[in-house]
Amino acid sequence: MKVLVIDDSRAMRMILKTTLRELGHEVSEASNGQEGLDVLKSSGPFALALVDWNIPLVNGYEFVCKVRADPAYAAMKMVMVTTEVETSQVAKALGAGANEYVMKPFTKDILRDKIEMLAAA
Amino acid sequence: MPQAQTIESAVNPNLVTPFINSVRDVFDKMAGVKITAQEPHLKAGKSTGHDISGIIGFSGAVAGSVVVSFPKAVAERLVEAFVRMPLECGTPDFVDAVGELVNMIAGSAKPYLGGVASISLPSVVIGQGYTVASMSSTPCVIIPCSSPHGDFAIELCIARQAGA
Ligand SMILES: [Mg+2]
Repeated sequence: MKVLVIDDSRAMRMILKTTLRELGHEVSEASNGQEGLDVLKSSGPFALALVDWNIPLVNGYEFVCKVRADPAYAAMKMVMVTTEVETSQVAKALGAGANEYVMKPFTKDILRDKIEMLAAA
Repeated sequence: MPQAQTIESAVNPNLVTPFINSVRDVFDKMAGVKITAQEPHLKAGKSTGHDISGIIGFSGAVAGSVVVSFPKAVAERLVEAFVRMPLECGTPDFVDAVGELVNMIAGSAKPYLGGVASISLPSVVIGQGYTVASMSSTPCVIIPCSSPHGDFAIELCIARQAGA
């Protein structure tokens, strides 16, 4: 499926991109929330977005809110990628319309299971 | 209080164990690398760390700093296993990767330290000359770590804050 990875850390984007490609997905990337919104417009639709909480300009939470406010993206699933530290923020993101979250550190299997679960939902 | 007892009680397993667990978990899950932690010991003197250090500050119920410090060659191999491509030491991507590793190690340990603490964004220092300033009352504990890619160390200069 077409997946958008949004993370300000290039290392995290590399890791997610490699892992998702190994799982057979087609990956685009953005380094902040605004760029994420731009990529949605220019290269969408995406089946899934993996969203880091701490990203500049438009943060992860704001990104989720903006996407959910636009019916054009209603079919896109969103997964927050977060550290254990941000659990209270995860609840906020889920409340705003994110579908799932993945805690760092994660394995390829954890990522695959979450994505398959969402695809089946 | 006798000096010996002060030193022994300073290596607080409640603060050390979460970091041993998190460093093993982060490298195992993210890089497929098995880490073995050796016996933690108090840092003797003001010896500096290795070539590459990732530093995170803690505040709140637990305060101080945590440093993960690697010899250059070890950092390069571990970073390569982490991002699954070779990155040259000192490049922005390399620094970013070390910062992410250290952020994950501190972030995964944090919920198990007791109480509510927050962590800072990671800083990455290249070169040996640094000294991490710590509160004089906070002894620093070194956790030596071994991996198939070489040895590195975690330096914990954190303490529970009374009344926090
Ligand atoms: Mg980030």
